[in-house]
Amino acid sequence: MKDFIQKQLEGNEYQSERLLTILRAIQAEFQYISEEAITLVAEGLKIERTQIVSVIEFYSFLHLTARGYYDILISDSITDYMLGKQPLMAYLSEQLGVEIGAVRADGLVSLDNTSCTGMCDQGPAGLVNGYAITQLTRARVDAIVGLVNDKTPLSQWPTEFFTVLDNVQKTNFLVTADIEQGSALKRAFQRGLTETLVELDLSGLRGRGGAGFTTAMKWKFCAEEQSETRYVVCNADEGEPGTFKDRVLLKSHAHQVFEGMTLCAAIIGAQKGFIYLRGEYLYLQEALESALEERRANGLLGQNILQQGLNFDIEIRLGAGAYICGEESALIESLEGKRGIPRNRPPYPVVSGYLNQPTVVNNVETFLAAAKIALTGGAEFAALGTEESSGTKILSICGDCTHPGIYELPFGVTVREVLELCGADEILGVQVGGPSGTFISNQELDRKIAFEDLSTGGSFIIFNQTRNIFEIAKNFTHFFAHESCGFCTPCRVGTALLKKQFDKIVDGHGSSGDVKALEELCDLVTQYSHCGLGQTAANPIIHTLKRFPELYQAQLKNISYEPGFDLDASLEVARKLSGRDDVHAHLAQVEGEA
Amino acid sequence: MTQTIMIDGRTVAFEEGQTIMEAAIAADVYILHLCHNPNYEPHGSCKLCTVKVNGRNCTACTFPAQAGQVIENQTETLNQDRKRITQMLFVEGNHFCPSCEKTGNCQLQGVGYYLKMQDNHFPHFFANREVDASHPDVLIDHNRCIFCSLCVRSSQVDDGKDVFAIGGRGLNKRLIINSKTGKLKDSDLEVNDCAAHICPTGAILIKRTAYSIPIGERIYDKQQVDEVALTRENKQHGK
Repeated sequence: MKDFIQKQLEGNEYQSERLLTILRAIQAEFQYISEEAITLVAEGLKIERTQIVSVIEFYSFLHLTARGYYDILISDSITDYMLGKQPLMAYLSEQLGVEIGAVRADGLVSLDNTSCTGMCDQGPAGLVNGYAITQLTRARVDAIVGLVNDKTPLSQWPTEFFTVLDNVQKTNFLVTADIEQGSALKRAFQRGLTETLVELDLSGLRGRGGAGFTTAMKWKFCAEEQSETRYVVCNADEGEPGTFKDRVLLKSHAHQVFEGMTLCAAIIGAQKGFIYLRGEYLYLQEALESALEERRANGLLGQNILQQGLNFDIEIRLGAGAYICGEESALIESLEGKRGIPRNRPPYPVVSGYLNQPTVVNNVETFLAAAKIALTGGAEFAALGTEESSGTKILSICGDCTHPGIYELPFGVTVREVLELCGADEILGVQVGGPSGTFISNQELDRKIAFEDLSTGGSFIIFNQTRNIFEIAKNFTHFFAHESCGFCTPCRVGTALLKKQFDKIVDGHGSSGDVKALEELCDLVTQYSHCGLGQTAANPIIHTLKRFPELYQAQLKNISYEPGFDLDASLEVARKLSGRDDVHAHLAQVEGEA
Repeated sequence: MTQTIMIDGRTVAFEEGQTIMEAAIAADVYILHLCHNPNYEPHGSCKLCTVKVNGRNCTACTFPAQAGQVIENQTETLNQDRKRITQMLFVEGNHFCPSCEKTGNCQLQGVGYYLKMQDNHFPHFFANREVDASHPDVLIDHNRCIFCSLCVRSSQVDDGKDVFAIGGRGLNKRLIINSKTGKLKDSDLEVNDCAAHICPTGAILIKRTAYSIPIGERIYDKQQVDEVALTRENKQHGK
């Protein structure tokens, strides 16, 4: 182990910022990060062991106790459930002989749930030792069980298990043929960088991650900061359930994304860029590394790019299972090798970002669009979309429709039009922008996809009338409680309380005041949380409650007080201890009930 | 020219670079807080110091004062919500004031008194947390930890050590100890370290001192949390 860790430390130049990379490698090699490994890394990086322990405990893919030699995680997205995850998971657990969340006694395999892996158009999906598997079926599960029990190395598993389809269904301005490598940069240098920033401004491009800050303004602010060093960061931590467009962009249009980052570097004066790739997209890493190599070979990265005196290179850093790292300041913390805790703002990243230097953080799609705009000028892009939301938006569509996948559509398109395109009918509702976005009912299908109406980072999940509102809101509410970083009280405790209170009502233990109590709690979490996670964590409940109040009320018991839990079930331990199971050892939920 | 902000209708002067909390403390205006202490870098995690700045909720201990801000602090709504946030802290851990050695000296309890908190409102989590009594002089009862991180910061700033850190995620968040065994006895902590005395609740206690001051004669038995805070923290600000 000592040699392995030594090699990792050397390979990462003893940089504490690369702690996550080092820990990921140790986890992959030994299935956990042992006491000994922690000591070695702490000594090697000259950091406190508590920093290492706290990082391990923060990220879902790092462990202090051993996972199985094969660590199987099944995606917990609502779409995975809609595609039959639950029975499949039960079957997998039974066939493998391992409980969900546990490691099999022989240490060969472990099984657990994991937050959405971004394969919602081809689920049920999961990860085996970090690598994405898709389109799980009973037959596939049978095969996996066999491969595990035969100890077949992962490299010899059938490649089709790991096939990830692009499913590009509709293209427009952005996702057409790739621009020629370097052409956007050349055009920008030819036009002038200042003039290119003007074009970007003209285009009206706003951040595609969902927040919608004007891109040209962000770059301008960063460029204006007094500093020797600046950074460009591409946010590829696509964790919002139902979003998978960045996965496709990075797989099939990576050069254009890199070109956008390089353009940003030229404009703001950065020498170093990062792609923060979510851990779930580990399978993309190799191809991305070779694309970067290719660009270095072609003089599009490295020293004196296109003989214009621009020095810039890009490094890929992987996350390790934490939705919160999609929040830009948490992402920066994570890039620095720390827990992904959102920073206090101000200062904003453009002023003080990575290593406290001015930093532009943009979404994958934003960089892709910026490259195209540099090539074509801003007018063409600005002509598309609406006044406040120019251009197109790449949606990742999944759920109940015949053609899930990637759709590039001009902003301003109505939900109804989108539904027609992808073949969806008998709609119950649509989740636009993922769990943190908006749930709309079938009465609102003429609403528009745009920053001024339904804002979305790309997630678009369709539910037909066979679906249950409570199942949807429950999945999302549990998701936020699981992903809360725990920094601030209202989100840490509040999201856990939301989960409790929501389950109480849905499980039929709610009494008359409970919906009101739920609403109050939603308000608290929304108004007092530190960052966007907490501020939107109650949305699934708020939105469904607003649209289906009668469903919530119908769950309530018509009595003034109902115990918030199952009384009789709670006596089980006492019955076991006392060895009793007679009629007096049981309790009715409500007095007088049989 | 002195720049000013307005807190609950009162004009408060501030210096460039000050947070709303710093300006308020200097002007003897109390903004409720638990994780803030003027000696350390503001943390902004408990959210009790949330105030309305020009109508928008902001964390007073981290948000910079800017000329002309109109700030609401002592309003019924804010205090009601602060009470709820305090209740969240109570149900998250296991706090039994009547049987706690810290009762009367506990800032969390003081905040509860101040906000007229009479119950826990929310269902308890009954978290399974441990007591670390391994150290000869100092005891940690994790049941009472509210993750204010004051011990973490104090150990670094005051003691030049790094005894504590925050681990875990979400509701599994926990205070961790910098030692190979994870036990306090194997850490660098000494009884006279500031970090051993900074805890606002009864999570970090000095052994054999619990009842040297009788119940009924303790800090918050006699004074409200606002008076205590303003006296202490102005002293720390060197006023």
